[in-house]
Amino acid sequence: MVLYIKNIFHDAGNITLFIARFFKEAVQPPFEIREMIRQCYLIGYKTLPIVGVTGFIMGLVLTIQTRPTLAGFGAESWLPGMVALSLIREIAPVITALICAGKISSGIGAELGSMKVTEQIDAMEVSAINPYKFLVVTRIMAATLMVPILVVFADGIGILGGFAGINIHSDVSIARYIAKVLESLAFIDIFPPTIKTFFFGFFIGAIGCYKGYTAANGTESVGKAANSAVVAASLTIFIIDMLAVQITDLFF
Amino acid sequence: MNKEAVHITTEKTDATAPVISIKGLHKSFGKDKNVLNGLDLIVHKGENLVILGKSGSGKSIAIKCLVGLIGADEGEIKMLGSDIAKLNNKQLNEIRLKVGFLFQNSALYDSMTVRENLSFPLKRHVQNLSKQEVEDTIREELESVGLAEAIDEMPSELSGGMRKRIGLARTLILKPEIMLYDEPTTGLDTITSREISELILSIQKKNKTTSIIITHDMACAKLTGDRLVILKDGVINAEGSYEELEKSSDKWVRSFFS
Repeated sequence: MVLYIKNIFHDAGNITLFIARFFKEAVQPPFEIREMIRQCYLIGYKTLPIVGVTGFIMGLVLTIQTRPTLAGFGAESWLPGMVALSLIREIAPVITALICAGKISSGIGAELGSMKVTEQIDAMEVSAINPYKFLVVTRIMAATLMVPILVVFADGIGILGGFAGINIHSDVSIARYIAKVLESLAFIDIFPPTIKTFFFGFFIGAIGCYKGYTAANGTESVGKAANSAVVAASLTIFIIDMLAVQITDLFF
Repeated sequence: MNKEAVHITTEKTDATAPVISIKGLHKSFGKDKNVLNGLDLIVHKGENLVILGKSGSGKSIAIKCLVGLIGADEGEIKMLGSDIAKLNNKQLNEIRLKVGFLFQNSALYDSMTVRENLSFPLKRHVQNLSKQEVEDTIREELESVGLAEAIDEMPSELSGGMRKRIGLARTLILKPEIMLYDEPTTGLDTITSREISELILSIQKKNKTTSIIITHDMACAKLTGDRLVILKDGVINAEGSYEELEKSSDKWVRSFFS
């Protein structure tokens, strides 16, 4: 037990140093712009279909589940606004971030882990190329930029899913539905949840990179790196979400 | 290729000074696992030194210490006149540009094609090259290892021997003065092993490189080595030419040759 706690603190210390190095390396040239754009494509574009499907299902299911309760109070007209608020403030950011933790963080962990095991990272280093800058900085930056875009995409698709859910039982035009959604949204509903998604993206990238980059030698460690990246990133998302909600509650 | 663009600022060395000099190198992992126990080694310019030894005797660790991939616990490592331990990151990278390292598993970048693998170090270290010059240099290096046709292949599509050759071409593209080979023929059949050994020898003759070759393949050691050293318990146990060591009075040394 003592050793387990000691290892947690040891890991926390190491990841802090790893992230501190990111801020140092990210502002120093050369900047690997091409690699970062490639990572944005891999992280963003390739995750788009799964985020789209889950976003639509979230909106649809949320609407179907909430409808009877609101109907009981005769407040069915609140449904579009309530679905949009729930999605934008909480459900879409957290669910999308969890999907990204599963897909992106584990992918980065496995990729960098296998590069470590097969000495590709060492090969980069002996060629006088900074592997941290090329592999880690680009991936963390790409994840930080792409996860918020994916969340906004999931918000939009989720709202469309809500439209489909409402139209199962009633007949509402898309224009009327969108008008109702926009009517219910304010600055506080959009801005703070979007800011927290940058932190989600940053930690999804950083944890995946840390687990992969520090993987031990041996093929077993590749699986371990991928697995522990998902677990740690998912837990971190919930912790950031809790802090973000507390901070938002304090200031707005 | 515009080699002037690569600025190397190492200490001046005279012609007779060793290119690589290791004195009292110690390296341990954990409390009880001492791998190197005061290794002393000198390699002269243009020499092909073969390092033999049982698995775990510290051969790979020693050459990884040479290029700063692993930090030594104690001892002095001088390469091209510079003390590796005293160099900052920028100076160490300048030395690394003069050293080629062929890894045991070739360490080709899996996500890149052969062309991208070769252009990756070239574009970063040799400035002002046109696209055509990059392409010509890549083709020239691939032709020198006999694999010009593999330029658009992915590493996963290559055989073990082909991967070794491509790894060698990638290492040679920056025209290193020193070559470090970590078990270049391991896992290859006899014919391919011989081809790789001959390639090592032809590279040394063509580029006048200084090489350290770690191997368990005695045919490779015989063909490529000017001098052989045998490591035991982290220090040199025997040293000499292939023929001298083959006739050694020490039964353990002779066992490598049987």
